[in-house]
Amino acid sequence: MTLFISILINGCVLGSVYALVAMGLNTQYGVARILNIAHGEFIILAAFITLDLVTKNHTAPFVGFAVAIPVVFVISFALHRTLYKRVKDISANDGAFEGNAILAAFGIYFIVQNLMQTHWGSATAAYQFMPYSVKIGPADISAGNLVVLLIAVLICIAYNLFLSQTRLGKAIRAAAQDPAAAAMLGVRINTIMALCFAIGGVLAACAGVLISMKEPFTSISGLGYTTIAIIIVVLGGLGSVKGAILGGFILGYVGFAVSVYDSGFMLSVFYLIVLVLLIVRPKGLMGR
Amino acid sequence: MELLKRSFFGGKAAKIQFFAIIIAIVVLFFVPNFGSAYLPLFLAWVITYAVMSLAWTLFSGKTGYVSLASAAFYGTGMYVQAALGSNLPIVVSMIIAAAASFGVAFGIGLVTLRLRGVYFTIFTFGLSLFLNKFIHWYEVKFFHTKGHMVLAYDNLTVYYCVLVVFAIFLLVVIPMNKSRFGLALDCIGQNEDSAQHVGVNTTMTKVLAFAVSAAPVGAVGAAMATTIGYVDPDIAFKLLASFMPVLMAIFGGTHSVYGPIVGAIVFYSLQDYLLRELPGAYMIIFGCVMVAVILLMPKGIFGVIDTIIARRKRGFDGEVIGDV
Amino acid sequence: MSDLNEILLEEEAAADCGCDEKSTFVPDADAVIVGTNLTKRFGGMTAVDCVDFELREGEILGLIGPNGAGKSTLFNLVSGFLPIDVGTITFNGVKISGLNPDRICHLGLGRTFQAAKNFPDMNIFDNIRIGALFGIKGKSYEQADIETEEIIKFVGLEKYLKMAVPDLPLAIQKQLEVARALATKPTVIMLDELMAGLNPAEVDEAMALVRKIRSGGITVLMIEHVMKAIMAICDRIIVLHHGRLIAEGTPDEIANNPEVIEIYLGGEA
Repeated sequence: MTLFISILINGCVLGSVYALVAMGLNTQYGVARILNIAHGEFIILAAFITLDLVTKNHTAPFVGFAVAIPVVFVISFALHRTLYKRVKDISANDGAFEGNAILAAFGIYFIVQNLMQTHWGSATAAYQFMPYSVKIGPADISAGNLVVLLIAVLICIAYNLFLSQTRLGKAIRAAAQDPAAAAMLGVRINTIMALCFAIGGVLAACAGVLISMKEPFTSISGLGYTTIAIIIVVLGGLGSVKGAILGGFILGYVGFAVSVYDSGFMLSVFYLIVLVLLIVRPKGLMGR
Repeated sequence: MELLKRSFFGGKAAKIQFFAIIIAIVVLFFVPNFGSAYLPLFLAWVITYAVMSLAWTLFSGKTGYVSLASAAFYGTGMYVQAALGSNLPIVVSMIIAAAASFGVAFGIGLVTLRLRGVYFTIFTFGLSLFLNKFIHWYEVKFFHTKGHMVLAYDNLTVYYCVLVVFAIFLLVVIPMNKSRFGLALDCIGQNEDSAQHVGVNTTMTKVLAFAVSAAPVGAVGAAMATTIGYVDPDIAFKLLASFMPVLMAIFGGTHSVYGPIVGAIVFYSLQDYLLRELPGAYMIIFGCVMVAVILLMPKGIFGVIDTIIARRKRGFDGEVIGDV
Repeated sequence: MSDLNEILLEEEAAADCGCDEKSTFVPDADAVIVGTNLTKRFGGMTAVDCVDFELREGEILGLIGPNGAGKSTLFNLVSGFLPIDVGTITFNGVKISGLNPDRICHLGLGRTFQAAKNFPDMNIFDNIRIGALFGIKGKSYEQADIETEEIIKFVGLEKYLKMAVPDLPLAIQKQLEVARALATKPTVIMLDELMAGLNPAEVDEAMALVRKIRSGGITVLMIEHVMKAIMAICDRIIVLHHGRLIAEGTPDEIANNPEVIEIYLGGEA
């Protein structure tokens, strides 16, 4: 029973963070058609920014949101406006663009990761955040994790409201479904694409702040999160935000359950899930 | 036989190409006698990357399916060498490594046929990561270690081993490009549906090409494992081994066999130089170069040269070389 | 979670046939292609619904119907481009449903696509030669070259040989596709909207080409929207509407069929 409740809640915490990470990647792929391999690097960048704020400036980790979000937003927006737009211009067709964009993203991954390694070193980084536990039934659950869960769920809800209720959100959804038609209806497609890429970055930054509260990280752990995001996105269906949330929670639970049994086996299981899923249902659980 | 004739002796260009390759290989055979002790190892790495890049071009360059599975085949070769290298002569273990990579690629090819575009790319990307994590877990679980020692060979032996793989591969790829099989691959790249409807067995063509391109990568992986002396999953299945061949091929251009070779020479030399002279900034500069290559050379170095020649002929200078 | 249920329900629906009764369709003795009970669903939409049809040796059969009636889907089922949910197709008595398009091509069935699918980086000669080389197994390069020359003359593409394929006019792109299909030496050819988007002079040329193909002993199945053409050259016409076969007969019979007139003129479609 204790184990069951612990899996139930900790899987939920993991799943909510994964969902954020995946939603970010999905927003970038869904509209801008960029499978951003450097996604995880911006998560770690946000985590390091928060770490510096907490350890050097002695602020609360929540301040991380206020600093990391604008930083990552600006970088991502500028990246799309310069790099990816040019990649789009030189690519012969959409397929070629997706291929080239993956390669360009890998270059960015390389640059950002190594800049971070130069600046922050390669040691494991962590700080203490609400280091006490709360009793839920018979199980001890970390209070920090519960806060993380709460924030992550709030961001998920806010993002979905943004997509469904605001003008910009509706334009984004239109652009995701049919860029050409959206452009004809007066959606400024290039701006929307750059914005979506930047919003994906913002979600990564949010996830990064939460991850820094929750677990230790290093300058090279970004790729791990990127691949988890890719797995979730494939699981849920490329371009489907609801699929990303569902996939995030599925992976969170499976991951936590497997890690109770054998933590080294977790990533292997993740990849196996995605390889099998790609073969059986390539468009994902919620794919169109 | 007729095919070999056409590939190497049909027309003046083919003859020149054939003798150029023979001369190049003969020169490469004697080069280590004249350089420093480091030269064979350096050249072995250049050739290794040339083989990987050529292999990528053979499948992905022609069909348009962007594969990121090079690391999976390379790592398979390395692990075969780690497992068998101490008991078998290197030539035998390299052949087994090639066969193993061929087999892995054939199997993967068969199950991923339905995947097109970005899904295929994700799958191949995930495959290298899966093998990495799975073997890591397997080793720790059952052997309580990470990695294996590999029986070392001297650099000259390894150099000749990869040179032979390179020569064989080149002498297979050139006729293949001109054969019915190469033509079928071209058709798939240009319009797969149409190719299928005029009788091209696209399924088998793709799977075979994928498997054939994996075999030499496995062989060079086995050979290079002996120069490192130790393999673990992070060395064998490193992501860079998936991306480097792609960038080399793009840099050199995918429309001839020379593009990937030139790409391998330039990129490996650059990597080697940066690693020795600027180890701190190496990765960052390297990342910038990668991005620059994609931005400036979508048609490869040969595409750029073609463009320059075309502009000269038309009588005005190109202001931005990369703007093709 | 409701979406998951929907997916499951869809898959369940695809499993059973859904046809009202078992097909009692008896094909003609000289039928070369026979489709029985053909059904194809995309998600919740049934694109082709329990269609029985036959193509008789030596005829020109027209397949008509409003946009979205399932014509191209039916073509795709016959040529093996899409898997069939329910039903069987035979070609000269051999079951071809379930085979890959390349196998079906080797059996002697050629086709074109609605939007011409040529090989853009090859010249016209090579585009056609691909058909000759791969359409029949083990053909020598010399033989393929000779046949390619013949087909270029037959279709009348001589004056375009120097042009790059993407620069060709639409009518010629479509003819090039026909030429490539012919190079595979088919006994049946399926033409998907050969005349759509052509001007009246080009339509006349295309009609002449179809007649010429049939006189060469090749059976023709064609989807067409240009009524003038289809009424003039078809021996028989079948009409699809909402995925169902609603009429079959000679051009005159079809032109006077009240249901067909209703669809085309009364048009809720």
